Amino acid sequence: MNRTAFLLFIFSLVAFYLIGSNNEASLEAYEVISEEQRDSLTTERAYEQVMNVLMHPRCMNCHPTDDVPKQGMDRHPHYFGMSRGKENKGFSVTKCATCHQEENNLNSGVPGAPHWSLAPSSMGWQGLSRSEIAQRLLNPETNGGKSHEELVTHMTEDELVLWAWNPGVDANGVQREKPPVSEEDFKKAVEKWFDEGAPIPSK
Amino acid sequence: MKIALKVNGEQHSLEIADENTPLLWIVRDLLNLKGTKFGCGKAACGACTLHVDGEAVRSCSYAVKFADGKKVTTIEGLRNEEAPHPVQQAWLEHVVPQCGYCQPGFMMATAALISKNQEPTDEDIDNNIINICRCATYYRMRKAIHRAAELERDRLSLSTKNIENGEE
Repeated sequence: MNRTAFLLFIFSLVAFYLIGSNNEASLEAYEVISEEQRDSLTTERAYEQVMNVLMHPRCMNCHPTDDVPKQGMDRHPHYFGMSRGKENKGFSVTKCATCHQEENNLNSGVPGAPHWSLAPSSMGWQGLSRSEIAQRLLNPETNGGKSHEELVTHMTEDELVLWAWNPGVDANGVQREKPPVSEEDFKKAVEKWFDEGAPIPSK
Repeated sequence: MKIALKVNGEQHSLEIADENTPLLWIVRDLLNLKGTKFGCGKAACGACTLHVDGEAVRSCSYAVKFADGKKVTTIEGLRNEEAPHPVQQAWLEHVVPQCGYCQPGFMMATAALISKNQEPTDEDIDNNIINICRCATYYRMRKAIHRAAELERDRLSLSTKNIENGEE
């Protein structure tokens, strides 16, 4: 192998590695939907995207089935014995708002968003399958009487829901992980899924 | 940013460079009210507890902009030695503090509790008084909380009787 061919070979290896690792990094960060895919987003794919977000700890941690909010990517029980309380906002004196304000506190690492609270117990998702979560989401008896249209508004406009993409830093100053689908793609997936009647795949 | 807030009954108008400054630093450094303590800085220990519009908040994690136009009560504003608040009276009776550093936070949390619940059960105390005391004065604190609630019941009962008798 002459010198030029050798250099070309090394360059190809490096380029291949860099391209490969870039793709891997972006896939880790987000399940990217290309423009073409977005235009031809199937109902099934939209459902998958929606559920990938709903089952992420950023969403799931405040949808417990045991009345105990969870924290972190390991979903440990909220420190200090905090629990749902009578109105999903903690106890009478020590409530969510004792520590959580209307926006993230970057000094203390305490997350915050408007009306910070647990989802009602009827919307507990922890431990449920994707289809069971979807059924609870769509059922007006469990979702607080919301129509499909109201659900779309809730899922694409509610500031507490959208906090998932602005989760701030934790107590150690480390950025919290966001859901595996970008905010923009999540909104498109929600709209697509509901446009098609929000079918729940049988598989 | 200009912030207007009433602290312990006194109106203040403050020019704040950073609206996200913790309320704790405003109270301690600008208003020189040193009773409220810095503990963890992460809203975890409760040493910095004070009241904003009557609700207990962790002031180390409470941006001062959220206090604009509101009433803030610190341990200095609870009451005084001549006419102690039921919580202060109960704390004295049970000689609660050891090192004392965390006590203002506990007392403010307790004052908020008995303002809403004059008959707290042990479970109510466990749920709502979740501050941290490194000296572990929890046993005396529990007794003092029950005593403070009793004193508050007496005070409210006396107030009701006075109103019925047409007295101030």
